[in-house]
Amino acid sequence: MSSISRSDVAHLARLSRLAVTDEELDRFAGQLDQVLAAVARVGEAAVADVPPMTHAVPLTNVLRPDEVTPSLDRDVVLAGAPAAEDGRIRVPRILGDAE
Amino acid sequence: MTGTSSDLTRADVAELSRLLGSGEVSAVEVTRAHLDRIAADDGRLGAYLHVEDDAALAAAAAVDQARATGAELGPLAGVPLALKDLVVTEGVPTTSGSKILEGWRPPYSATVATRLAEAGTVLLGKTNMDEFAMGSSTENSAYQVTRNPWDAERIPGGSSGGSSAAVAGHLAPWSIGTDTGGSIRQPAALTGLVGHKPTYGSVSRYGLIAFSSSLDQAGPMARTVLDAAVMHEVIGGHDPRDSTSIDTPLARLADAAREGAAGDLRGVRVGVVRELGGEGHAEGYEPGVLARTREAIEVLAGLGAEVTEVSCPSFDLALPAYYLIAPSEASSNLARYEGVRFGLRAGDDGSRDLDEVMAITREQGFGPEVKRRIILGTYALSSGYYEAYYGQAQKVRTLITRDFSAAFAGVDVLVSPTTPTVAFPIGTRVDDPISMYAADLCTLPASLAGLPAISVPSGLSEGLPVGLQVMAPALADDRCYRVAAALEAAQDAARGHRLLDELGTPAGAA
Repeated sequence: MSSISRSDVAHLARLSRLAVTDEELDRFAGQLDQVLAAVARVGEAAVADVPPMTHAVPLTNVLRPDEVTPSLDRDVVLAGAPAAEDGRIRVPRILGDAE
Repeated sequence: MTGTSSDLTRADVAELSRLLGSGEVSAVEVTRAHLDRIAADDGRLGAYLHVEDDAALAAAAAVDQARATGAELGPLAGVPLALKDLVVTEGVPTTSGSKILEGWRPPYSATVATRLAEAGTVLLGKTNMDEFAMGSSTENSAYQVTRNPWDAERIPGGSSGGSSAAVAGHLAPWSIGTDTGGSIRQPAALTGLVGHKPTYGSVSRYGLIAFSSSLDQAGPMARTVLDAAVMHEVIGGHDPRDSTSIDTPLARLADAAREGAAGDLRGVRVGVVRELGGEGHAEGYEPGVLARTREAIEVLAGLGAEVTEVSCPSFDLALPAYYLIAPSEASSNLARYEGVRFGLRAGDDGSRDLDEVMAITREQGFGPEVKRRIILGTYALSSGYYEAYYGQAQKVRTLITRDFSAAFAGVDVLVSPTTPTVAFPIGTRVDDPISMYAADLCTLPASLAGLPAISVPSGLSEGLPVGLQVMAPALADDRCYRVAAALEAAQDAARGHRLLDELGTPAGAA
């Protein structure tokens, strides 16, 4: 089994959209390495022919009638948003300068 | 009025219901008594993140007024309650213990909150918790430390530690907790309460802030088994707003608690799980915890239960499987905190793009344990590691479920300690994830299999509460209540009072 290096943590933090500090990288790398060593024990289980279990309740295709029901009021939703403008949620720019 | 306000905060829900129904006390008096107690004691306990105060009194006054006009009220009308702060409540601050939701007032209510409100209960406030329910001590709250009413230097359990401290500390007669890997049962055990994790899918998850969706369940935390069963009957049952909700009527739970309290367990087959503290598996378990567990099992046998030892070898892998599955699901669930639609947005200075704002927001908004789990989950789900970690953990989950099925072919319930140790001192495990995770050792198997499990007090060790866990097959929650109520009634009768009465009025309280 693998271990987690400091640069692995930095990469995973980037994928997870977490702007972690250098101090956190040092701390998390050590702690996650320990956790990973502990959870790697799942590899000891003899499960070659065992199906995976995703869920305790075997439900499939739970459908509801295709009916219009009330949804949340726009002003109520906007009141909970961090920034709103002209009746919409204001979002930081999504394109870079070069795009 | 029959008692002082201190008596009202010590009454269980069955007693409050009787007093309110007969008109001996008003809902306002009951609510006022609890608010006074919160004002006096919560500075020390730190159980609540938000107290409703005037809103609670107004709700109580509305109940009293309805009663005065002769309206037909349910048995719980006017009974106060506390909700764990991940139960979404319309207009009432809901944080899930996280800075990323500080100040958020949800635009809707969770089904469990709605059902309790419709039963006429009065919301006292929202209780502290480990951030996003990730923890076993409530020390991972972004806001405050919560103290165990039995010993202020110790943790109240977690993640529903605000709820356990509130109910054991008499700041609420009962509370809703949630349980992903043990977060109802473990804090209940460590504070001398009853806590039940329902069968997965039998209580709606609509409006519960998600941690690990295939495991999360809400359930009751109360001072008696009967109170817990009564609350479970209010919140349980099918909800079309939760697509994993089981469309089957609940078993009769309060009846099962009453039947158990009558003290006859003849014909009930109890299996003692060897892998949870039994011979060859006692490492990490405190002798006092094992002694109380043995005594509780002897009490069950004395009531006529047929006790055998059962082996569930895959339970040894529950902890590693859980700490892969839960972080994996969490890393996905917590992607919704992107700083756009609700909650915190940080670093939005007009020049940074969405990705940067998102990363800064999440860095500022999440605490260390949440970040660790997001990173671990992202790792376990990444290509190249998926099969070795997440895929393997899901197969182990199947093995654990098969162990339960094999065991339940021969017994009606399984029992174990709820936790390996009594409440540990604040600060001793918070920077050591592995030792913190070990607090969930006994509760994880039922979580992974989606089975019902209750924790009921079994006595004290070194002056601190110990819990017995009773697990049952899916949808047989009634068996948990029956066996737990039998133990509770027999032990209460033997000692002449309830375990929680030994807590008395905490030092320093008025």
